[in-house]
Amino acid sequence: MTGRLPGLQQAVYNRPVLFLYASRRILLLALAAFMASSALFFLLRILPGDAALNMAGLEATPEQIQATRHRLGTDRPLVMQYGAWIAGMAGGDFGISYFNKLPVSREIGRRLAVTLPLSLLAFALATLISFPVGILAATRRRSPVGIAVSALSSVGVAVPVFWAGIILVWLFALKARLFPAGGFPTDGWADPGAALLSLVLPVVTIAIVMSSTLIRYVRSAILDVLAQDYIRTARALGYSARRARWRHGVRNAAVPVVSIMSIELSTSLLGAVVVENVFAIPGLGAMLLEGVKTRDLPVVQDIVFMITFFVLFIGFIADMAQRIIDPRLRRGKAAEIPVEEESAARE
Amino acid sequence: MKRARTLAIVLISFTVFIALASAGGKAEADKSGKVDTNATITVGSTYPPVSLNEIGGGSQGITEAFYRNVYEPLLNLEDNGAITDGLSNGHEISKDGLSYTFKIRSGVKFHDGSPLTASDVKFSFDRVLSKDSNSARKTDLSVIDKTEVVDDHTVVITLKQKAQSFLYFSTYVWIHKDGAANLEASENGTGPYTLADYQAGTSLTLVRNDQYWGQAPKNKKVIFKYFTSSTAESNALTSGQIDIITNVDSPEQLAAFKGNPKFTITEGKSTTKQVFAFNDTRKPFTDVRVRQAISRGVDKAAVLKATWDTYGRLIGSFVPPQDPWFEDLSSVNAYDPVSAKKLLADAGYPNGFTFELVTPSTEIHQLSAQAIKADLAKIGVTVTIKLVDPSAWYEIVFKNRDYDATLQEHVNDRDLIWYGNPNFYWGYDNPSVQQWVKDAQAADTPQEQVADYKKIAKTIAEEAASSWLYLYPQLRVSASNVTGYSADGKNSAFYLAKIEKR
Repeated sequence: MTGRLPGLQQAVYNRPVLFLYASRRILLLALAAFMASSALFFLLRILPGDAALNMAGLEATPEQIQATRHRLGTDRPLVMQYGAWIAGMAGGDFGISYFNKLPVSREIGRRLAVTLPLSLLAFALATLISFPVGILAATRRRSPVGIAVSALSSVGVAVPVFWAGIILVWLFALKARLFPAGGFPTDGWADPGAALLSLVLPVVTIAIVMSSTLIRYVRSAILDVLAQDYIRTARALGYSARRARWRHGVRNAAVPVVSIMSIELSTSLLGAVVVENVFAIPGLGAMLLEGVKTRDLPVVQDIVFMITFFVLFIGFIADMAQRIIDPRLRRGKAAEIPVEEESAARE
Repeated sequence: MKRARTLAIVLISFTVFIALASAGGKAEADKSGKVDTNATITVGSTYPPVSLNEIGGGSQGITEAFYRNVYEPLLNLEDNGAITDGLSNGHEISKDGLSYTFKIRSGVKFHDGSPLTASDVKFSFDRVLSKDSNSARKTDLSVIDKTEVVDDHTVVITLKQKAQSFLYFSTYVWIHKDGAANLEASENGTGPYTLADYQAGTSLTLVRNDQYWGQAPKNKKVIFKYFTSSTAESNALTSGQIDIITNVDSPEQLAAFKGNPKFTITEGKSTTKQVFAFNDTRKPFTDVRVRQAISRGVDKAAVLKATWDTYGRLIGSFVPPQDPWFEDLSSVNAYDPVSAKKLLADAGYPNGFTFELVTPSTEIHQLSAQAIKADLAKIGVTVTIKLVDPSAWYEIVFKNRDYDATLQEHVNDRDLIWYGNPNFYWGYDNPSVQQWVKDAQAADTPQEQVADYKKIAKTIAEEAASSWLYLYPQLRVSASNVTGYSADGKNSAFYLAKIEKR
């Protein structure tokens, strides 16, 4: 299929355009991260509530509260506190929790050892389920299987994560006793079997809800593509239905699917927050919740910033992936550059 | 066709994997009738310690895990309110009531092996009073003038003025090793357990201290597991992952265990009072008649029923039954909508008025607020409920005093003195009460002190300084093979050494 002029042009312009796009996108990423950090920092300070008041408790005198505030450093001007936070993060120091006085980064690391496997396994499982099922539902959309998948996934989308979790616990932990009802081994991954076992229900919970969404997107993306002219053209050129689908359909359908997958990957991390609460899993979500409750701001801002950055980063990766998958996007989004070069070449 | 087959294989192998993985997860408890002195007790709690340092502030969680388990005071505060010898084995009070001489028990060793001496006691008392301390009893203990070491096993504490409750307040001082540091992440106590592992917010593991000076614990290991949701906590008990829940949050949480012989439910006395506090400095609550009317307009027994079903009790004042000056004052300003309406009319509000009830967004407070709103509507008073999160409550109510009325639970016992402080958040200002607080603290005999506090309790009840809805129940549930814990709760302490598992 290559050998025609447009293909040749792509080969010439591909690399610099992609590189230019990537560097511009990275700048944007850094800018967004900076804006997010300041919005996050100052919004948290506007929120009513003060860690020093929580620490000092109901029996505290105003002097005690003031002393506590001084010890925490929350009596300094906000801009200074913000500067200290940013400077610290740049140097890899994420600050100290107001309450337990432990480095937040160490604690986040410990929690990530639970949350990351949880959300990645859930994402992997959801992908594993939704691609074949979604394709099946699209290619056989009129068969009972296709209709059933479509209906079930609609129900799945409407199910709140925590509800799915509660039902699964009731069925598989309390009734059938196949899995622990919640929690995570206190010694972490020292016994990988036990650790994995305690992640099964939470992973399945997130995956069920997530794959329902993904199945619908995969299905509609494939349906969209199957109705396109180029599939018909490919068929006319003698490709079999499956070959046409495989060769031209999947790649074209992949673009919208990648963008929804990037959103779902971010959601899996956020979904972990809810699911951890249902399953009493000591992950990042539980830490965030506790931090918000006590107004342990260093903990809250570090976690929220980390998640924000993660989401921004996934968005970046998705944008890049789409441009690698679909050359049209490279030209579309960065149209000026090749046009200029073209006109320059004509002169 | 082929793809569908591949899919089926993937799904089937996943199911098989789960089934295989789960097969290893089952373990049935061996149930013989004998006490296993090497048992591991797993305790479920919703109070994760915010820090291992008990004077850092927010000490509820660490008190539960550490008080008398890891650290010990000179004198123990028992769950029934009695004060017994701890690390001190005898004390004398001078005739003027100003100096307390404590004998320090010999043969006591810290967990690092060093012996307990008088300088450790001095260090510990000085520490609670230091600038960095956020101890809940700092204000009470600031009556101490100085702590002096006489010899290795004698300490003299001199007070600035007489304080009848000093021995009681001393039970809040945990004895640390002289010069102890890094107490946020480690411990060096004298208690029957040592800290084996601590995962902030997640779990805390204690193991029996074989060098303990007193009676050896009846179990070998205790693991505290911390939950953010009481549903998850209940599930863990149902499925055998934990042995006991120290504090049940709601009667609904008990439903799963009621009438099931595999579990024991205990109801004991707590020291937590549900307070419906008025802003006594803000109109119309400056008027005693209005406060009395509102207090009489609320059916406290119905509020208790709505929040705790059949548990808990009415007290009618700010004094929990464990305090020596407790009197049941629930008949003072009791539910009486007719006289409430009359009082409102007398105060110039024949058609009632509207006020905002600042309500922390926890379930118990929300249910209480709903019940109050419904009751007061019947006497023409409109309540708008404003939900705030518990942290915001501190800022809005406790610090800024920007509220008409509010709900809050007060956990500590012997905290009646706050009605003698006009600058406290409810702003109750009665010079006689303030004088009686001083009298009570400087009383010559315990009897005089009790008489003074009884006067205070009665006066604030009659003047409806606040409305005290009820005393929280202390509810615990355990697997029925686990016994030996106290049903009563005092400042969240949970003594572990007598817990037995069969």
